[in-house]
Amino acid sequence: MGILSFFQKDKKETLDQGLAKTKESVFGKLARAVVGKSKVDDEVLDRLEEVLITSDVGVETTLRIIERIEQRVARDKYVGTDELNKVLKEEVLSLLTEDNAENPSDYSAELPSSPYVIMVVGVNGVGKTTTIGKLAYQFKKSGKSVYLGAADTFRAAAVEQLVAWGERVGVPVIKQKMGADPASVAFDTLTSAKTNNADVVIIDTAGRLHNKVNLMNELTKIKNVMRKVVPTAPNEVLLVLDGSTGQNAFEQAKQFTKATDVSALAITKLDGTAKGGVVLGISDQFKIPVKYIGLGEGVEDLQVFDRKEFINSLLD
Amino acid sequence: MFENLSERLERSFKILKGQGTITEINVAETLKDVRKALLDADVNYKVAKTFTDDVKAKALGMNVLNAIKPNELMVKIVHDELARLMGGTHEDINLKGSPAVILMSGLQGSGKTTFSGKLANMLKHKRGKNPLLVACDVYRPAAIDQLKVVGEQINVPVYSEPDSKNPIKIAENAIKQAKRNGHDLVIIDTAGRLAIDEQMMAEIAAIKDAVKPQEILFVVDAMTGQDAVNTAKEFNERLNFDGVVLTKLDGDTRGGAALSIRTVVDKPIKFIGTGEKMEAIDLFHPERMADRILGMGDIVSLVERAQEQYDEEEARKISKKIAKNQFDFNDFMSQIQQIKKMGNIKDLASMIPGVGKMMKNVDLDDNSFVGVESIIQSMTPAERANPQLINGSRKNRIAKGCGRSVPEINRLLKQFSDMQKMMRAMQNQSNPLRMMRKKQSRR
Ligand SMILES: Nc1nc2c(ncn2[C@@H]2O[C@H](COP(=O)(O)OP(=O)(O)OP(=O)(O)O)[C@@H](O)[C@H]2O)c(=O)[nH]1
Ligand SMILES: Nc1nc2c(ncn2[C@@H]2O[C@H](COP(=O)(O)OP(=O)(O)OP(=O)(O)O)[C@@H](O)[C@H]2O)c(=O)[nH]1
Ligand SMILES: [Mg+2]
Ligand SMILES: [Mg+2]
Repeated sequence: MGILSFFQKDKKETLDQGLAKTKESVFGKLARAVVGKSKVDDEVLDRLEEVLITSDVGVETTLRIIERIEQRVARDKYVGTDELNKVLKEEVLSLLTEDNAENPSDYSAELPSSPYVIMVVGVNGVGKTTTIGKLAYQFKKSGKSVYLGAADTFRAAAVEQLVAWGERVGVPVIKQKMGADPASVAFDTLTSAKTNNADVVIIDTAGRLHNKVNLMNELTKIKNVMRKVVPTAPNEVLLVLDGSTGQNAFEQAKQFTKATDVSALAITKLDGTAKGGVVLGISDQFKIPVKYIGLGEGVEDLQVFDRKEFINSLLD
Repeated sequence: MFENLSERLERSFKILKGQGTITEINVAETLKDVRKALLDADVNYKVAKTFTDDVKAKALGMNVLNAIKPNELMVKIVHDELARLMGGTHEDINLKGSPAVILMSGLQGSGKTTFSGKLANMLKHKRGKNPLLVACDVYRPAAIDQLKVVGEQINVPVYSEPDSKNPIKIAENAIKQAKRNGHDLVIIDTAGRLAIDEQMMAEIAAIKDAVKPQEILFVVDAMTGQDAVNTAKEFNERLNFDGVVLTKLDGDTRGGAALSIRTVVDKPIKFIGTGEKMEAIDLFHPERMADRILGMGDIVSLVERAQEQYDEEEARKISKKIAKNQFDFNDFMSQIQQIKKMGNIKDLASMIPGVGKMMKNVDLDDNSFVGVESIIQSMTPAERANPQLINGSRKNRIAKGCGRSVPEINRLLKQFSDMQKMMRAMQNQSNPLRMMRKKQSRR
């Protein structure tokens, strides 16, 4: 296995060469090495390990994937190229939790209750506010009325930023002054939305690092206050993860889930070179589906997550 | 899987404990764990490989010569190698030029705008500079407003052209304005951009050509994963930046990106960001960072920062009062104010060796004092000076005054009396910080 065999090898390439090396297709190499054999070459598994780890999949999950492939190959013997591709994809796919039908990610689908309240959470700078702008645009486009709540009352000009998105998309933004109680903003937003029979409410919250216990408790408070207006709120807690974040995303998912019962994930900034592989382990461990991915800063740069597409981009 | 790197290494060194020499076999076992730890810490795959190769070579070369325990030797080797990777000694920021121009660069959301404010604030107070902040992000909604709010917070003017969509012109005009108004420092905040966004990369290169900055800083989120190397490399090729800023280190990320970036671009990490507030900025010291990664505590930083912010006179007074058992709620309140000035206390505390681990799950956010302060404020002066006065009916009155419950008041009183006891006990010991410093210099 890769990590084990690594120490026997003395080949040391310079970092630059290593980084510049064009990515060969994992499948191609994997296939060549196993066709007609019942055991996969260490070399090949090393390569797979490298691809997965440099995509931020993480050591634990990577080792698990490799182990499963070894087992499959040993059991099924003499797998062909096509089968092998299938095996690898299947193994990776099985890690990604499927979206549940109750909370559809399709914007035009009928929502289970009204107003349908989405609370957006995450660490600093991941793209919460931008994702809210894009979501509001999509919901509005599919004929739904949307209210936004500017419950980030902490960061400089966070309110103005959400207001700017509200204007861009053409949806109302409920706000108070900087420094106001975020729970009170959420309360106001839900009250207005309910009075005006809005279909969707999206609450923006301040970025917070998951190790700050008080700030995490604040989220619980916001949730509780919202229930006073809409008993089922929040119908969705969307945790936004930055696609370029490494293994720390795991801890983020853990702590935010603990504080707020995260029900869906959005992975942003996947228009860059980062792969967001850490989400495999997260989705698997916490059984939370990825619903959306962010692919840019524009209003249309949001896509409903497609598991197969994601895996293709991860492995090709 | 998600214990931190220092815990991880600590454990892997235990395997070596009790074994007399470093052999090919036991070093391989340990290094396997080290490598895994580095990857868990988001050190780039290749960098981690190179690192463990180097450490292995060094460890094997040393085994016969030394009589110290293998695990101690390995700690030293890994520590030295980490420090070496993160690069030599501290490198200062270049402020020559009139005005000196600093250009920020980096990915979206990495912390450029916040850091621009922090840096302006720091250079204003520590170097007596007269900075001008420049809003060159013409894309992100309310980006200009954000910088303006930051500027107000630290009392530094912001140059902006709300109607312009040309950051190059804005930057040029800002320099002219700085010269006119006698600013000796210009800090240019730019929009976040992806390294593969050709148009945006050309734009920032053009800003560089137009204003010829003394210092270009690449701002990167400490939580960044494997991609840190690619991004740093691209930005460096385009801008040949002078230094790196590592933000959001107040989180619990292990910050392997620091190692990776330093290795691939060979540029110093000059500053770190440790919070959202304007004071949450620190110099980067590779030696100390290596210590910190290995759980040895970042003593020197802590002492320096504490000294700077802490009113010595006040501290001496309090210390005397503790000795005489006269520490009261007034002193407690003034300590809270001191700690608040110093920035994130959890972060401060985590720099004390041994405390880091203890504090991991302790709730010590900046807001943790809010309740305490309001309770103390509801006490009468007599109660503050003589906490033992506070009986049942006084508790009820205080509770009403601050909107807290009586059990909460009781908890505070209990904590306070525990604290008094602990403080006296601590005064009787020798200074733990000093002890730690000695330990470090012995290495
Ligand atoms: N390239 C790219 N940039 C994005 C994406 N999503 C957000 N951004 C950018 O990332 C930066 C931060 O986005 P925000 O929406 O302000 O992030 P936030 O999580 O609300 O930040 P805080 O409220 O400060 O914690 C902005 O410059 C956005 O334009 C994305 O999918 N791709
Ligand atoms: N906890 C913590 N948060 C930080 C730190 N530095 C910045 N932030 C937060 O990170 C988020 C993004 O910071 P910005 O300064 O807006 O980042 P930026 O690079 O200017 O973002 P764009 O202009 O959109 O590219 C904000 O919520 C900041 O408050 C830090 O050191 N610690
Ligand atoms: Mg936001
Ligand atoms: Mg900015």
